[in-house]
Amino acid sequence: MLYIVFIIASLVTLGAAFVVVTGKNLFHNALFMILSFMGVATLYVLLEAEFLAVMQVLIYVGAIAILIIFAIMLSRYLMAPGQIQRNAQWWIAAIVAGAFFLVLAFMLLRISWPTEVSELPGDVIALLGQSFMGTYVLPFEVASVILLVALVGSIIIARER
Amino acid sequence: MFNLIWLIPVFPLLAFALIILVTRDDKRLSTYLAWGGIGLSWVISWGVVVQAAFASEHLGEHPYQLPLFTIPTGSSGLTMGFMVDPLTAAMLFMVPFVCLMIFIYSKGYMGLDTPQVDPRYSRFFAYISLFACGMLGLVLSDNLLTLFIFWEVMGLCSYLLIGFWFEKKYADPNRITPKQAGLKAFLTTRVGDVIMLLGLLYLYVQTGSLTFPEIFSEHSLEGLAHATVTLPLLGTMPVATAIALLIFGGAVGKSAQFPLHVWLPDAMEGPTPVSALIHAATMVSAGVYLVARCFPLFSAVEHGPQLVVVAIIGTFTAFMASTIAIAQDDIKRVLAYSTISQLGYMFAALGIGGYVAAVFHLLTHAFFKALLFLGSGSVIHGVEHGHHAVAHHGHGHDAHGTHHDDHAEEMQAEFDANDMKNMGGLRHKMPRTFVAFMAGTLALAGIIPFAGFWSKDEILAHAWEEATLVWVFLTLGAFLTAFYMGRQIFLVFFGRARTEAAEHAHESPGSMTWPLLILAFFAVVLGFIGTPWAHVLHKFIGHAYPEGHFQPIVAAISLSLAALGLLLGYFVYGRRPLAQGQPDPLEATLGPVWTVLRNKYYVDELYQATIIRFAVWLSQVFYKFDDLWFVDPIVDGVGKLGRELSLFLRRAIDDPIVDGAVNGVGQLADWGGRYLRLIQTGRMQEYLLFGMTVLLMLLGLYLYL
Amino acid sequence: MISIPLSWYLVVAAGLFCIGLYGVLSRRNAINVLMSIELMLNAVNINLVAFWRYGMLAGLSGMVFAIFVITLAAAEAAIGLALIIAIYRSRDTVIVEEVDMLKW
Repeated sequence: MLYIVFIIASLVTLGAAFVVVTGKNLFHNALFMILSFMGVATLYVLLEAEFLAVMQVLIYVGAIAILIIFAIMLSRYLMAPGQIQRNAQWWIAAIVAGAFFLVLAFMLLRISWPTEVSELPGDVIALLGQSFMGTYVLPFEVASVILLVALVGSIIIARER
Repeated sequence: MFNLIWLIPVFPLLAFALIILVTRDDKRLSTYLAWGGIGLSWVISWGVVVQAAFASEHLGEHPYQLPLFTIPTGSSGLTMGFMVDPLTAAMLFMVPFVCLMIFIYSKGYMGLDTPQVDPRYSRFFAYISLFACGMLGLVLSDNLLTLFIFWEVMGLCSYLLIGFWFEKKYADPNRITPKQAGLKAFLTTRVGDVIMLLGLLYLYVQTGSLTFPEIFSEHSLEGLAHATVTLPLLGTMPVATAIALLIFGGAVGKSAQFPLHVWLPDAMEGPTPVSALIHAATMVSAGVYLVARCFPLFSAVEHGPQLVVVAIIGTFTAFMASTIAIAQDDIKRVLAYSTISQLGYMFAALGIGGYVAAVFHLLTHAFFKALLFLGSGSVIHGVEHGHHAVAHHGHGHDAHGTHHDDHAEEMQAEFDANDMKNMGGLRHKMPRTFVAFMAGTLALAGIIPFAGFWSKDEILAHAWEEATLVWVFLTLGAFLTAFYMGRQIFLVFFGRARTEAAEHAHESPGSMTWPLLILAFFAVVLGFIGTPWAHVLHKFIGHAYPEGHFQPIVAAISLSLAALGLLLGYFVYGRRPLAQGQPDPLEATLGPVWTVLRNKYYVDELYQATIIRFAVWLSQVFYKFDDLWFVDPIVDGVGKLGRELSLFLRRAIDDPIVDGAVNGVGQLADWGGRYLRLIQTGRMQEYLLFGMTVLLMLLGLYLYL
Repeated sequence: MISIPLSWYLVVAAGLFCIGLYGVLSRRNAINVLMSIELMLNAVNINLVAFWRYGMLAGLSGMVFAIFVITLAAAEAAIGLALIIAIYRSRDTVIVEEVDMLKW
């Protein structure tokens, strides 16, 4: 039962991703990216990281993907239809990416990983909050600063002269 | 005084060096330097002579030796130096004094205070100073090696001085120029010198030394006389004979004996003081001195052939030269053949054992022959001045302007001031010269009581006793000597002037006539050191040899023949003086003999046709071998080969490999840059692709290993 | 209960990563490249969570790390789009190939 879900989720993710990188229409690519994100969220759920799955959907799909779609739609620089979307080196890139995948897969499948899932701590979210304020407070603060900088920076970079 | 003898050759040598290096441009200073050099030598020499005179007995046995330096030869050394023995002292009496007289004479002859002063005046004095150094060093040497060195120095000076007017050229191609004459003298004496050197070397090998006391010691002479050597054509002979003959070869060359006499007449192309100095008084007598010095060697073998050879050559030369002299027109050539003849007398004397007689004649001959040469120089000088006077002022005196101009040019073209045919009646124009010349003539002819009589008579007396054939020829030679001297006197000084030049001749300046008169004095009185009744010279140098006996018959015969010769000269040339253009009366009398005599028995032509042609041919062969076919082509070939090799190496190695490597590195850098630059396209995706590819490779490597 | 082997998750993540890599290397439109980068970041997140789940990472560090990655991805997407807009304004192109000022 689990396996089937897993396989479907994987196929969706990978397939959507494939379309993203090979599609001709930019807007369609963005939509398929959303689909790919959904697939990843499903995988998170399978891994019993529900909070993360929700976060994924909220942020990635709700924010990032929308942002990208806004950017695509609010601007009129969609490329003219019929223009080639892939550049001159696509086949080397395909070879390299493919070889990379093969190498990684070969490596991963050879290693004996632990097969036991570990015990989940009981209250994940509470613990998460505690660790954000406790052990990981510094990265937390830094992340907020980064967000501030990104906010301000993007406005400055993209504003009209 | 003896310890100063090393200074005797040094003073003229210093004069030579200073004149050449320092005072070349100051003619007067050069003259005084030269005079100073020879003057100082003369003073010291006569001091030595006086000192030696008072110690003559010991000096003969134990000569005074002054060792100067040693040449190391293996473990031992060859010690060279100077020595004084009676023979040296006798030479030292004559040489510096005669040289001094000639040096004084040269000032006037080379025209110091006249507008015709010789442009190379200083050089002349430098050369004669060097020559004086050579002659003095020769007589003072105590060994054959330094003797030979000074011998060669004199040969060099002879060459330089004969060819002093090397730019003189004559229109007649058969007439020898001074340059050629100098070369002829040098090369002919060279032949003799090489033979002499062989003798020296042989002597050194046999005895291990070259110093006179050592080689003339009893022990050494005995060894040389008994050792024998076998030569291909000449058979077996004692070593002493072989060495003696070889050394005599040098004397034949230097003293102009037959067959090497050909250079001396042509050496008259040099200035007259040179003729007097070198070819009368000193250099040519060096040969006689050499044989006299080596006399113990020559007489080491009893009845050996060496002295016979010496006597034969001497006698033959004496007679032959005197026959040639009667047919010569050049005033100096007559005297040159006379010198050859008198030297023949000296060698003949040595050959028959008359050591003292030969040395005596050497001394007296030096004085009166120098006197005669200087006198002839004075005559020539006067005639030349007369010629110049005529040529410059002549066409002004005559009414026929153009005719005289042609005549003047003709005269200037080839006027020979030496030719006796162009002289005549000069005794009125040049009285002092005439007196001195008369004294010299009488001495040479052998008229009592002049010096020549005593010395020549002693030789003839020896010959009468020892070898009658020699006596016959020498006496005939004496007759001919008197005849040609009489001819000369009457042609030059008596009669009427045959040319305008002789008409206008005048006496020479005092610097020229005073030496003449001083030498004339010696020509008169010097004979008295060797009179048979009080033979001073014999006591001085000849106590090893038996004293000669005075032969009244010989004296009478020679005296009468001498007088006869002079009288004959008067009859032929004096009674009816020769007019201008008249041929020589002897020519008509003797006919073809005259022509042979005039052409000196064609000896020069014979040499030219045989030896000289061979030498020239040989040099051509060597030239072809060396320059054309063999040596030069090889050398050039090696040079070309080197060049070709270097070119080849350059093309094969340097350009492709070395330059290729160097340029290649540069090319590589250029090419690398040119193409690697293209990697930087500015496109991020390509950079990332590169990175990913490398990462992939690294991963693959990691996995593989 | 039977769980899915860890290696499967890892392979999926690797595959997603490589697909994203291919997109980064070969798409011409800059926004497309940005989307591919988001895919790669997602693949990393899957890896992190998978490892955390199968006990290789201590405590909650896996999830925390993944949250941080998501945060940064958001920031980066914002900035990236701003940059694309800025480049479009000055160069009048969104094709990555044509932005080659760093060319020799």
